[in-house]
Amino acid sequence: MSEIINIALPKGRLGERVYGIFEAAGFGCPSVLEDSRRLFFEDESERVRYFLVKPSDTHIYVERGAADIGVAGKDILLEHDPDVYELMDLGVGVCRMVVAARKNFEDETDGALRVATKFANIARGYYDGRGREIDIIKLSGSIELAPMVGLSDVIVDIMETGRTLLDNGMEPMQTITDISARLIANKVSYRFKHAEITSLCEAIKRSIGK
Amino acid sequence: MTFSEDVLKNEEIAVIRLRSLYSRYGYTRFGMSKFEEYELYSRNRSFLPSDNIITFTDTGGRLMALRPDVTLSIVKTALGGGPPRKLYYSENVYRPVHRGREVRERMQVGLECIGELGVYDAGEVIMLAERSLGMIGRRHCLCVSHMGFLGGLLDSAGVGSEQSAELLKCVSGRNASELRRLGAEFGLDDGFCENLIEVATMYGSADDKLDVLRPLSVSDDTDAALDELEQVCRTARRLGAGGDINIDFSIVNDMNYYSGVIFQGFVEGIPSAVLSGGRYDKLMRRFGKHSGAIGFAVYVDLLERTGHQSGGLDADVLLLYGEDDDPLEIADAVRSVAEGGESVCALSEAGDVRYGRLLRLSEWRSAST
Repeated sequence: MSEIINIALPKGRLGERVYGIFEAAGFGCPSVLEDSRRLFFEDESERVRYFLVKPSDTHIYVERGAADIGVAGKDILLEHDPDVYELMDLGVGVCRMVVAARKNFEDETDGALRVATKFANIARGYYDGRGREIDIIKLSGSIELAPMVGLSDVIVDIMETGRTLLDNGMEPMQTITDISARLIANKVSYRFKHAEITSLCEAIKRSIGK
Repeated sequence: MTFSEDVLKNEEIAVIRLRSLYSRYGYTRFGMSKFEEYELYSRNRSFLPSDNIITFTDTGGRLMALRPDVTLSIVKTALGGGPPRKLYYSENVYRPVHRGREVRERMQVGLECIGELGVYDAGEVIMLAERSLGMIGRRHCLCVSHMGFLGGLLDSAGVGSEQSAELLKCVSGRNASELRRLGAEFGLDDGFCENLIEVATMYGSADDKLDVLRPLSVSDDTDAALDELEQVCRTARRLGAGGDINIDFSIVNDMNYYSGVIFQGFVEGIPSAVLSGGRYDKLMRRFGKHSGAIGFAVYVDLLERTGHQSGGLDADVLLLYGEDDDPLEIADAVRSVAEGGESVCALSEAGDVRYGRLLRLSEWRSAST
């Protein structure tokens, strides 16, 4: 008998797009899209359960086995390096991780570069590889403010269109890496629900035309 | 006095069953002290999954560590060469759980087979690994990989050690899209990349997948690795390992220590490997011992979450007595209940005790006269 797959979906805009992909692949559960405060949805016939989870937490649910599979941004995966399988690039939520600064910023390379970011590990890894000493200022949001008020010299953050940076008098200087939404799986669930998870992945691949 | 397994926790039952399993195949108990010099672990950092180690200074001023691992202690004292020594252990180790920061005391049972090893010895260890999982009594699978096969594939493409490390990280994550991206970045041959992806994403019974792997072999080294995998799995099956043994190259260990067959065991409902092991001849060589070595550890502490049915009672009988009651009479009442085969908790007030039935001392007194 086929096993139910528990899926951790990120709440919000990305989650809606990702749900669309699952639905198009034949794993729909229409109540997910209803405007309610529910976080848990089950569709017996499609053999899936969806949990709506804070986007920065989906990897925790998957790593700990509370969800068999989930969707997380590559930024979160690089920052936290969870012990999970990364089965597929879903090709949505596409953006870049960049170093950005105020226009005409010049790096005076004597002294530590002050870097404001939500992604301390990504920033550290990037600058380690360049032999540049940095002082990391870990923030939770509105990172673009930091150079404007003199809190930092540069920021490491996600950039989609670049509009937010532009509106705050900033520009991207270097691209660290490309980011997109990835399908991740718990390493134990993958082994015990191998047929079901593989079949779901194949259906998604066919649906997004890869 | 006999006792029921009901009083034992899952971990305690597992330890007893595993110890008797290993004894049946001639493995003898190896006992060791709780502490080692910290230097043993600092010199072999990458062998350990975490560098969170509790250290202290002993009365002689030496920097000591609460043991995070058992294998290094056994290797340190092992003699190289000669016929295999078969040892098992049942010890507490001090390691973080789930890549956390906090070190905890954790029960670990395992075995090591050290000496001039042949295919039979490795097959016996694989069989004992599979049987160990079976002892836990839930759906399980043993997954096997081979560092010689993975290493041989990467060598054939002329991949340097830093690039190897990045590619192996993707293999351990079954990350096909990242393997493609790195392949392009490193300028690797497309055919090689697709073969590596096929190996990284493969999963299935060793009985079926070994034939699928043969055409992907690129050298004498990778041929030898597949031969060894096949012979070891067949030997394990012949010895009676009846459960799932699956090919799974997402199991990747440090090539500085592990040279051959490596494996992990999984139990349904436990979200990480409960068993981990492999052939670690290279670690022996780092200790100056020229010898084969293969073994595994079972993380018995992970079994606490497998839902052992204890009935949820602290005692069958709660014996309630008054503060002025004669202690000798209380003792007589407790003894008579206990000798009747029930567990009994004697208290002057009930508190939070979960009990099957309540017996007041006055009721017992009346019933006895």
